[in-house]
Amino acid sequence: MMKLGIPKEVFPDERRVAATPASVEKLIKLGYEVVIQSGAGDPAHYDDDAYMAAGAAISVDAPSLWEQSDFILKVRAPMMHPDLDRHEVDLMKEGTLIVSYIWPAQNPELLDQLAAKKATVFAIDSLPRISRAQKMDALSAMANIAGYRAVVEAANHFGRFFTGQVTAAGKVPPAKVMIIGAGVAGLASVGTANSMGAIVRAFDTRLEVKEQVESMGAEFLELDFGEEEDGGGGGGYAKQMSDEFIAAEMALFAEQAKEVDIIITTALIPGRPAPKLITAAMVQSMKPGSVIVDLASERGGNCELTVPGEVVVDHDVTLIGYTDLPSRMAKVSSDLYASNLVHLLSDLTPEKDGQPQVDMEDTVVRGVTVVKDSEITWPPPKVEVSAAAPPNQGTEEPAAAEVSEEPSLFKKWLGKGSLLAVTVLALLGIGGYAPESFLSHFTVFVLACFIGWQVVWNVTASLHTPLMSVTNAISGIIVIGAILHLVQAGGAAVGIMSFIAVLIATINIAGGFRVTHRMLKMFRK
Amino acid sequence: MSTGFVSVAYVVASVLFILSLGGLSHQESARRGNFFGIVGIIIAVGATIASVSMGAGGIVSIVFAILIGAAIGMFLANKVEMTQMPQLVALLHSFVGLAAVFVGFAGYLDPLVKTHGAEHTIKLVEVYLGIFIGAITFTGSLIACGKLDARIPSAALTLPGRHIMNLAALGVSVLLGAWFLGADSTAEGMLPLIIMTAIASVLGVHLILAIGGADMPVVVSMLNSYSGWAAASIGFMLGNDLLIVTGALVGSSGAILSYIMCRAMNRSFISVILGGFGQTTSSSAAVDGDQTVQEYSVDEVCEELKNASSVIIVPGYGMAVAQAQNAVGEITKLLRDKGTTVRFGIHPVAGRLPGHMNVLLAEAKVPYDVVLEMDEINDDFPETDIVLVIGANDTVNPAAMDDPNSPIAGMPVLEVWKAGQVVVLKRGMASGYAGVDNPLFFKDNSWMLFGDAKDTVDKILGGLRS
Repeated sequence: MMKLGIPKEVFPDERRVAATPASVEKLIKLGYEVVIQSGAGDPAHYDDDAYMAAGAAISVDAPSLWEQSDFILKVRAPMMHPDLDRHEVDLMKEGTLIVSYIWPAQNPELLDQLAAKKATVFAIDSLPRISRAQKMDALSAMANIAGYRAVVEAANHFGRFFTGQVTAAGKVPPAKVMIIGAGVAGLASVGTANSMGAIVRAFDTRLEVKEQVESMGAEFLELDFGEEEDGGGGGGYAKQMSDEFIAAEMALFAEQAKEVDIIITTALIPGRPAPKLITAAMVQSMKPGSVIVDLASERGGNCELTVPGEVVVDHDVTLIGYTDLPSRMAKVSSDLYASNLVHLLSDLTPEKDGQPQVDMEDTVVRGVTVVKDSEITWPPPKVEVSAAAPPNQGTEEPAAAEVSEEPSLFKKWLGKGSLLAVTVLALLGIGGYAPESFLSHFTVFVLACFIGWQVVWNVTASLHTPLMSVTNAISGIIVIGAILHLVQAGGAAVGIMSFIAVLIATINIAGGFRVTHRMLKMFRK
Repeated sequence: MSTGFVSVAYVVASVLFILSLGGLSHQESARRGNFFGIVGIIIAVGATIASVSMGAGGIVSIVFAILIGAAIGMFLANKVEMTQMPQLVALLHSFVGLAAVFVGFAGYLDPLVKTHGAEHTIKLVEVYLGIFIGAITFTGSLIACGKLDARIPSAALTLPGRHIMNLAALGVSVLLGAWFLGADSTAEGMLPLIIMTAIASVLGVHLILAIGGADMPVVVSMLNSYSGWAAASIGFMLGNDLLIVTGALVGSSGAILSYIMCRAMNRSFISVILGGFGQTTSSSAAVDGDQTVQEYSVDEVCEELKNASSVIIVPGYGMAVAQAQNAVGEITKLLRDKGTTVRFGIHPVAGRLPGHMNVLLAEAKVPYDVVLEMDEINDDFPETDIVLVIGANDTVNPAAMDDPNSPIAGMPVLEVWKAGQVVVLKRGMASGYAGVDNPLFFKDNSWMLFGDAKDTVDKILGGLRS
């Protein structure tokens, strides 16, 4: 049986922990033994007693924990232990399994170090973003928290209400919030700011998120931009956009900056520094007392003036560059992270026997595993996901689209034009040759067609069958013609034909109305 | 009665007919609309009878004809099952067509008003057109009725060179028309008129035989439209505005319905009329042979339904054929009483008549406010726990959206596969009318429940009750 070890996090100001008493219980049900370093849960308000009650053993210090564990669960990537002056990887036994944030693209040396220890490493940040893996998606879970906290931090530094109020002392306008990047964090911010009563606008290069933004109650800002360019870059992430697009985007931000009170930026492109979207000039143009929360500050920030990890005031605008927003809500973020890990481990342990099986055929496991048996298995083969159809290439030639457009447009107009010409000619012919009496009937006919057209479009789809039967009944009005002929019938042939016509037209009238009545009687609320 | 009163009576009747159709825009006002229609007809017929002077013999024969006709009509309407509504509607169309043919002949042989010169020519054209459309409507509707009633095989009949044949029939009719207009005497004109009637009758048969069962909603609406145009041309012949107005109303109503049905299948009206759909064998075999379906038992379906908080039922023609609507209605009631959200998603061309499913569900006492159109419900599938597909196939086929080579590509469909899970009630693995394989059955979140729809639904109902 494998022993899971949960060390205390050593990253400065990291308050999260990789397991909670609730998750420990579930891990034990999967067949594992759990050891936790004493005090690991303290910053998240989970004490040792709670872990013991859940069935975990307590280890007094870090070296002994790392020494006895076969499978390490933690939050931050292994790093230099500040108290022991040893790297956490060095504390590890050979062949240990470990799951944590790794950021394999940024930390190639760490991968080498872990491979040298023959570790099997699951990088929770490399999870493929497919539906089946959502329950283990720690990035989304943390982004959601960060998005919420960003609004709370903004509110904390903002000198006004979010919601507009009319009070006895006077009227207060609502705050206007612009959110750049409508990923998980951006959408969480949209929802939070909206529920606090602010006017929320959101921008994203990926047009596919427009609906999501609108469903959260924000206005989706669209660019006044010639051709369509969709920024969906595969894997649910954004991609680098063309120069013209960026220019149009910057113009939009500059204009919005003058108007809004709070800007929350969440724009990240995988594997690149965060794009600079808010310039110093834009910050300067904002109203005094405005707030910018830069969720991309850890990767350089979306705003030129952000200082990562700190709150600064520049041009009378508060710039919040905290990089540890999820950790500032340690309890909920530990709960969610721990439950992400439980889901991952239950996928890894289908037999519930405490023996993880690393099945590299499984897309999720394949994606999350970055080192296996001293071999680096990152990056994994690409998995495509996107809410919409495959996005266009960013630099597609606009001319191609226009050329293919033109003939069909021409054809359409040709068709419409010839139809119009035929109609005009027909009307001229009728007007020129038909006698007066015909024209008056013709007028009635055309007007009746239009009335019918207008009236019938209003008929609800569920009543189409009654519509047919009732039109059927009234088309039995032909009985009038039959009656007139029957009365004046000169010969037997005409008389018999008229008689039959009256008879069957009446069948139609009676049957049509009766059956319509029967049907309509059944429709009830 | 003076002609002034008759004209006023006709105006009132026209207004009542318009109000009658207008009333159908909402369920609440629909019954009132039907009542307006009845009053309109009574006023019109009453005024007509009152306006003509005639002997006792004339009165007797009119009353006799009306009484027999009304009795037959009431009998048919009272007897018909809701599932047989398409047949009845088609049959009634044929009556209008036949009446138009008779009135047209009567009008030619024994005109009410003598006409001369251009007026006479125009009248002859009206007679000719009225009979032509009437004859096509008559035989076409009979064939449609036979197909809907399964007396005639519903598969499309595709004779070689059928388009040429249709065109030839049309061309010959035009030539006969020229002969007819040029005829010196009524007797001489009768011959081309009778030949044309025969050709039009055959054309009506051939046109409808060539159209497959799944296109029936379009065909029935189209015939509905034709019966209106036939009435309108007879109106022109008689110089009677009420007939013209009524014919135009009915004609445009049928035309709109045909348009709506065609749009719902993403097909042009022309291609439906030309017929032959569903005969081409699907070359885009998107479904691999070795794919397997997952099966549910009745008990499992009951269990899933009990646990679900929102359910959408998608009925199709299969429900109508199996007469399962009452049991479906009961299931709906049971689930709703438990607090489950149950709604219905109706594809515009589900069934064999526009709005067919709505009528069946209304018969089964399903409240109409939970019966939604495709556009209203399509966005809600992702939030739905379970979808029951009862006897529908092509209208829930994801190939319409995913596979550009599919014969039904681009047809709007109910996106049932986006729900938590889909249970498909079906007799077997046969494909739908379009003859297209349905990849829905092989999706991870879809389960099959094989068996006769009525049987299965009854068992589910039993399972839910226990």
